[in-house]
Amino acid sequence: MCLRRLILAASLLLAACAAPGVREVRNDPHLPRQQELAATPFFSQERYQCGPAALATALTAIGIDTRPEQLTPEIFIPGRQGSLQLEMLAAARRHGALAIRIPPRLDALLQEVAAGNNVVVLQNLGLSWIPAWHYAVVVGYDLDAGLIWLRSGTTRRQEMTLNTFQHTWSRAGHWGFVTVKPGDLPASAGMDAVTKALLTYEKSAPAARAKEAYAAAVHRWNDNLVLLMGLGNTAYLSGDMGTASNAFRRAIAVQPESAAAYNNLASTLLAQGSVDEAQDMADRALALAEKEPRLRPQIQETLNEIQRYRSTRTR
Amino acid sequence: MNYLKRIFSLFVATSMLFTFSMQSAQAALISSHQVAQQTLQQSSGPDRARIMVALSRADVRAELVRLGVAPAQVEERVAALTDEEASIMADKLDSAPAGGDGIIGAIVFVFLVLLVTDILGLTKIFPFTRSVR
Repeated sequence: MCLRRLILAASLLLAACAAPGVREVRNDPHLPRQQELAATPFFSQERYQCGPAALATALTAIGIDTRPEQLTPEIFIPGRQGSLQLEMLAAARRHGALAIRIPPRLDALLQEVAAGNNVVVLQNLGLSWIPAWHYAVVVGYDLDAGLIWLRSGTTRRQEMTLNTFQHTWSRAGHWGFVTVKPGDLPASAGMDAVTKALLTYEKSAPAARAKEAYAAAVHRWNDNLVLLMGLGNTAYLSGDMGTASNAFRRAIAVQPESAAAYNNLASTLLAQGSVDEAQDMADRALALAEKEPRLRPQIQETLNEIQRYRSTRTR
Repeated sequence: MNYLKRIFSLFVATSMLFTFSMQSAQAALISSHQVAQQTLQQSSGPDRARIMVALSRADVRAELVRLGVAPAQVEERVAALTDEEASIMADKLDSAPAGGDGIIGAIVFVFLVLLVTDILGLTKIFPFTRSVR
């Protein structure tokens, strides 16, 4: 009787262990059955330095040579004995990579690995009330065997069951990101995550690099106003007026009410020397700005520039 | 002498004119951030948001120094954050998870609990455990 109860209790416990989402992923027909990115480098971590080690792994894998020691002063916080998620993303950008959050799902994670992207993940290796936060890099999986492989801590090829991994990953909110070079895009991330990453990337990157990154995103989503404006602006700033005017014209086609698109097209046309057309676009921008009064000063400035340009010509 | 002065002032005047026109050329371009902000959130006033961001950047700076980051590094690290990231950091620097493999208090009870959960495949603290499934 007692034994029977014990077995019942044990089997209940084990049944609870099957992590949600794992069975679905193992039967997912869209995923290759196995994949391993064996060429991904490995940096064994010093104590508390899993953040720098994981980030160096991901960056070096895409051809941006970095070492954990070099990243430590950028992301390690001595008082917390670790690295924060936001600073991991910021440091990736500082080194010229696009850092893009993946959707918080196991299938999205494996989809990235299948596409050849290493995924930096945050895990809670302990329990919610005894947390042990840890960064690692997912480099492979085998759906038939139910296994996942990581560059983790001091282990070059850590093997974990998909179940255990899913438990540790979900305790950290399914948080993960991929690093890609400008011009590449992640396989799983949606339009919003990519747009957000590009907007932050644009702030710190040289305009020509940011243009490349925007161009790749516009190629995939060609009717997103923000992406088109980003492509146009970075093209303008890197002196590529042809690409800029095409992007702004496309932005107008997508969103005919956008005063910003008309204004920036006017600036681009002026830079190309088409003053009359520039005037026309700037006038339309000003008319549309009735609804967006915050943009009015900048549109007025564009009109002034056109005026100045005309006066230097006639003089 | 006078001649030199004149050349110099001409040089200064043209270079100022040049920088002015450069700046205004960029000012007239409406940034993708502005467009994104307009499509995403039209509510919060821009001035107030800017003040909040400045405050949170100062907070993050002070907190990082308190937590032992070298002051020479702090400036660059804060500059690498976007406005949104800076304000999130300011709120959560003490509570957000810091991935670092923190060693957990080695109480026997905790040790046993984690040993069992490791074996069940729920956690992965000890390198020597192998989960049953």
